[in-house]
Amino acid sequence: MRYEAPETVDKAVALLASMGRKARVLAGGTDLLVQLRAGVVEPEMMIDIKKIAELRSIAREAGGFRIGAAVAGAEIREHADLRKAWPGICEAANLIGSTQIQGRASMGGNLCNASPAADSVPALIAAGAKVTVVGPAGRREVPVESIATGPGKTSLADGEFVVSFLLPPRPAHASDAYLRFIPRTEMDIAVVGAGVNVTLDAKGVVSAARVSLGAVAPTALVVEDAAKALIGTKGEAAALDALAKAASAACRPIDDKRGTKEFRIQVAGVIARRTAAKALERARKV
Amino acid sequence: MSKHHVTTTINGDPVEYLCEVEQTLLDVLRDDLLMTGSKEGCASGDCGACSVTIDGRLVCSCLVLGVEAEGRRIETIEGMAKGDALHPLQQKFLDHAALQCGVCTPGFLVAAKSLLERNPNPTETEARYWLAGNLCRCTGYDKIIRAVLDAAAEMRRS
Repeated sequence: MRYEAPETVDKAVALLASMGRKARVLAGGTDLLVQLRAGVVEPEMMIDIKKIAELRSIAREAGGFRIGAAVAGAEIREHADLRKAWPGICEAANLIGSTQIQGRASMGGNLCNASPAADSVPALIAAGAKVTVVGPAGRREVPVESIATGPGKTSLADGEFVVSFLLPPRPAHASDAYLRFIPRTEMDIAVVGAGVNVTLDAKGVVSAARVSLGAVAPTALVVEDAAKALIGTKGEAAALDALAKAASAACRPIDDKRGTKEFRIQVAGVIARRTAAKALERARKV
Repeated sequence: MSKHHVTTTINGDPVEYLCEVEQTLLDVLRDDLLMTGSKEGCASGDCGACSVTIDGRLVCSCLVLGVEAEGRRIETIEGMAKGDALHPLQQKFLDHAALQCGVCTPGFLVAAKSLLERNPNPTETEARYWLAGNLCRCTGYDKIIRAVLDAAAEMRRS
């Protein structure tokens, strides 16, 4: 196996193009190196993208933020401005593994590993984040929800990789939240995850909302009916009840050791409701 | 397959080694540099026994390639005591009997040191969450947490 650590996106694209599927892109490695050891992947080349400045930086852009795909969770947590504007994305990124994993694991990796239970993905989808993908045909910008197509599968074409995420500008009275259910308090994988992003008008009425659920379908879901249940309300109990019902109705979960289908469907409503309440409370304060 | 030549800094000392791409930093530390303080527990990033810091950032060395250490600053358990003088965390682990078999101990010490560098006065909850990626099958964690909080108190006093 060869190891390359290009310092530009163009060089990384050229390397990937020359190797095709025989190369793997290495960011934090917290999934990839486990797969390598298990023999699940046997690449001929590791392309380490962490020396490319664009992939390792958090910057203001167009009134929002651009986050490099290989930025580690701990770096996201330590970015005070980002945490203030997008607390939900930061708390989601910070639920991926332990302190040690946080030192390496990235949102780009979390997205491209394409686990239905990836914590940062519902938060990014709720935020309306765009992802910049680069490949032999150049760059394209697509919604985060268009990347994962099933467990472990993505829409990335051969030779493509994720460069960065773009979070939109924050109007006044807007905030987000991410909560998940796990059977204990730390170090587990979501049974249900919910990301909610809301904007309020000057009177405290929800003018825009996005709701996304993780771990209840082959990919993270955008739940438009849950968002509609909030829009035009002040987030009263009846609106939150309707949101919870819509969230449960959207689930297409599996049974596994962490929870049955019925359990996931019920908990999705509970967690979506709590997440929405948290996002609303935050939005009222900013 | 040609080996990679890596120049790095470990516990303040310049170090050079040759490694295969497949070798993790933990493999290099233990098998080639004979620094066997860092332990391999799970080899999948779940147990924290291989904890080291890279440029001050706490990581599992089983999930880092040896080649990635090029130009970086690595700190391991071997750099914690200064000669015969134990680090306060090490002394408090002894005082509180915060270890039994000892396999997890280097990882706990490196992780706890990293915590106290960022937060000299952690709450018990903060310490427990920070150390949630370090598994101990002997102590039940309570003695470890007491040792870390006691060491933090002593380090604040001195």
